[in-house]
Amino acid sequence: MNNESLKLKVAEYTAKVDKASAKFPERKNLEYNRLYTPLDLEGMDYERDLGMPGTYPFTRGVQPTMYRGRFWTMRMYAGFSTAEESNKRYRYLLSSGSTGLSCAFDLPTQIGYDSDDVISEGEVGKVGVAIDSLADMEILFDQIDLGKVSTSMTINAPASVLLAMYIAVAEKNGVSADKLQGTIQNDILKEYAARGTYIFPPKPSMRLITNIFEYCSKNVPNWNTISISGYHIREAGSTAAQEIAFTIADGIAYCEAAIKAGLDVDDFAGRLSFFWNAHNNVLEEVAKFRASRRVWSKIMKERFGAKNPKSWMLRVHTQTAGSMLTAQQPENNIVRVALQTAAAVMGGTQSLHTNSKDEALALPTEDSVRVALRTQQIVAYESGLADVVDPLAGSYYVEAMTNEIEAEALKYIQKIDDIGGAVVAIEEGYIQREIQDSAYKWQKEVESDARIIVGVNKFQIEEKPVEGLLRVDASVGEGQKKKLAKLRAERDNAAVNAALAKLEAACGDEDANLMPIIMEAVKTYATLGEICGVMRKVFGEYQAPATL
Amino acid sequence: MDIAEELLNGSRLALSRAITAVENEHDNAVDIMQKLYAHTGNAHVIGITGPPGAGKSTLTDKLAKEYRKQGKTVGIIAVDPTSPFSGGAILGDRIRMNDLTLDKGVFIRSMGTRGSLGGLSRKTAETVKIMDAAGHDIILVETVGVGQSEVDIIKTADTIIVVLVPGLGDDIQAIKAGILEIGDVFAINKADHEGVDRLHTELEMMLDLNQQKTEWRPPVKRVIANRGEGITELAESIAQQIDQSKQSGQFVTRRKERTRSELLVMLDELLGRHVRNKLSVDGKIDKLVASVESRVRNPYAVVNEIIASVLR
Amino acid sequence: MEKRVRILVAKPGLDGHDRGAKVVARALRDGGFEVVYTGLRQTPEQIAEAALQEDVNVIALSLLSGAHNHLFPRIVELIRANGMNDVLIIGGGVIPDSDIAGLKAAGIAEVFTPGTSTTTIIDFINANV
Repeated sequence: MNNESLKLKVAEYTAKVDKASAKFPERKNLEYNRLYTPLDLEGMDYERDLGMPGTYPFTRGVQPTMYRGRFWTMRMYAGFSTAEESNKRYRYLLSSGSTGLSCAFDLPTQIGYDSDDVISEGEVGKVGVAIDSLADMEILFDQIDLGKVSTSMTINAPASVLLAMYIAVAEKNGVSADKLQGTIQNDILKEYAARGTYIFPPKPSMRLITNIFEYCSKNVPNWNTISISGYHIREAGSTAAQEIAFTIADGIAYCEAAIKAGLDVDDFAGRLSFFWNAHNNVLEEVAKFRASRRVWSKIMKERFGAKNPKSWMLRVHTQTAGSMLTAQQPENNIVRVALQTAAAVMGGTQSLHTNSKDEALALPTEDSVRVALRTQQIVAYESGLADVVDPLAGSYYVEAMTNEIEAEALKYIQKIDDIGGAVVAIEEGYIQREIQDSAYKWQKEVESDARIIVGVNKFQIEEKPVEGLLRVDASVGEGQKKKLAKLRAERDNAAVNAALAKLEAACGDEDANLMPIIMEAVKTYATLGEICGVMRKVFGEYQAPATL
Repeated sequence: MDIAEELLNGSRLALSRAITAVENEHDNAVDIMQKLYAHTGNAHVIGITGPPGAGKSTLTDKLAKEYRKQGKTVGIIAVDPTSPFSGGAILGDRIRMNDLTLDKGVFIRSMGTRGSLGGLSRKTAETVKIMDAAGHDIILVETVGVGQSEVDIIKTADTIIVVLVPGLGDDIQAIKAGILEIGDVFAINKADHEGVDRLHTELEMMLDLNQQKTEWRPPVKRVIANRGEGITELAESIAQQIDQSKQSGQFVTRRKERTRSELLVMLDELLGRHVRNKLSVDGKIDKLVASVESRVRNPYAVVNEIIASVLR
Repeated sequence: MEKRVRILVAKPGLDGHDRGAKVVARALRDGGFEVVYTGLRQTPEQIAEAALQEDVNVIALSLLSGAHNHLFPRIVELIRANGMNDVLIIGGGVIPDSDIAGLKAAGIAEVFTPGTSTTTIIDFINANV
């Protein structure tokens, strides 16, 4: 069939579909073409646009053998209440087949406050584990061999402190820093734009981040020093193209900051990692993953002139979209997570967290988290989706969608460049407004039934209250307060004060790398709040611009 | 609660309720204003205007903190546009003044433009008086200088600060005519952005051309509001302007002009309302409209007749 | 009569998830309300004071971090201590059904959980303010 006759056939077909759609109004708002043909792939070149898996531009995956060599890391985000409780959950997950750890910290910890701070009242241990000092960290990893397990820590503004604590715990247990594997999220720009657990203003925050890049490149070479995140941007309401565009723009800003601080791009770029969302539209998500790898590799090679192929690779951890899970008929969420998992796997993720069915209601129980983990294992072992590398390559639809998402993302990245980069775009509120506009549009679609959410605006039932949800006791806060009082009484306070004073001086010296000094402070059992308090004093606090 | 009395005794709730009464035109609004009026005239009213995105709220926040350092109490009125479609509004200026919320020496009130041109400037003027009567030394009125009603609001101030930023399109040409003429002090915010020198020069040139008969030549001050830079100097310029204005007699002249205009506007409004109310009785207005529209009568004669009958 | 209903949308505590609060604020604006939004990390004291200064008719609290049982009643307490007894206080976010009765007893008029439409919220406000 030649192109001309194919075009005619497509037009005929499209007319038929339009006619049929008229009788199916719920589907009227679909954005994409309904049928994709070779016409949609005109001009594509396999070597140039796809390449072999593990080769530039990495569209087909960052490793040549992908899941044939080993599965993605099954890494379940967990943490709540006390270090003792969370340690139990970590050991449960490891024994159930999870292949990496992922730590969730409570809000006071994420924002650099001790459990006994006034502002921590009511929040201790609620959304993650409370870590006030090295003592808590030691308990958190009790009976876990840090030389064997890789740990991801979702910590941003005080990432330096938690990383220092992790290294200190490992040291105490005879594991040297150069053996440690893991990730710290450490992505402050998305905190400003979408997640909200910032502490300091952009300039000192970027300094801390580049200090960490430098310190780890020398001392903790197997550590991913940043997880540049799009997950939260998507959860805040952005579209798929915006998710990768804003995240990659953040990535560009981090690279520029590190280079400005004197680092060579190939010294740190290989340890940058990313964090995507696995949303409901399965095939769009696969295309998004593929597009993101192609966009990033071109930027690293052409814009930053990186020479090491490792610097061109977008390695990614993924989480299934929490915001798409419903409080209504929670069992349905298991199905949603399975589909999102399929998307992440066909998209080529290196690591995956799957949400539990009770996501919209509470933190997961042991039972519901087990089902979430089993979802990954079933996809891995039973579905065949992991048996072939980049199985959807060559699909007219997926390749066309990959191209489309790439083009849209590049437009946004250009726009942000024009504004002056991600930091300025966030200060001006551009990124936040784009996200909000998409979020509002989505809500209007749901409320007008243009977008159906099963169980919420269609197929509803009379809901029964859900039993057996996880509850974090209010006594956790009281327990932590007691622990802190004991700690403060028993530690060498002279050493603590000396370390904090040293930190304060170093904060004021722009050329000083703060990591070694934070390591010292952490080992004296200075608390997270005390260390961050010093940094707050010198750096000030971020004032969020209004962007409604 | 006797709102006026409690307000004068220091109740912040009464202050807040007084503003609501005036904004929503409650029946007791006029009574409250009458009771408070003798206690007004003491505050220094500063208007802050400029295009959207100029950083007015941040500047207002920093200026308020500067005045607090000087031991002065501050009232702040932040005006935001009401949606012409829904009648609702997002009043988001407070978000940049979070630090000030718990300072008992500061009172912040957000207002929507609510669509009625004359109404807004009157309500703002009344809110200024209410905060004045409550004893605030400084009252900052922050609004967007793009509509005629906002120009009117700003005229209720003793000192008008115009805030501009470099790189916002056509810069000076884009500013609504009338704002440049009434500015007493110009603040270039985000002075670390590209284009600041050009903007500063253009502004100085325009101000030279525009030089009024008064002795005060508006200074141009550079600030970086979100870093708190240039604020003290800005406050100094404001202080100088007020001093000079008082010495030259301009201060009193301006206030008298405003009082005159307020009085006349109030008169127009009440008279007009009174007449309209009379005309709506028994559909009198409808009959007159019909006769004028059909050319049986002409509007000039009709109006004269109405006035004559009212003045009888 | 120029009356508008004034609503304070507030995020108490350390929770940084503001997608819902912002969507609700916009929807309320489109519904004809005047919305004062004060951003993240509001303490109960800040919320009560802002409510007083703005003389709002409604306070809408958004919280997804699980700290509602501590923070919501505290906010109600402070609002009442300020003499604002007629304010309608509503809440939303990740709040288990089993906590709702307790919150209502503490003075929260209604709690809107995930999946609620903005129309439902607006209708409730119009019916109760």
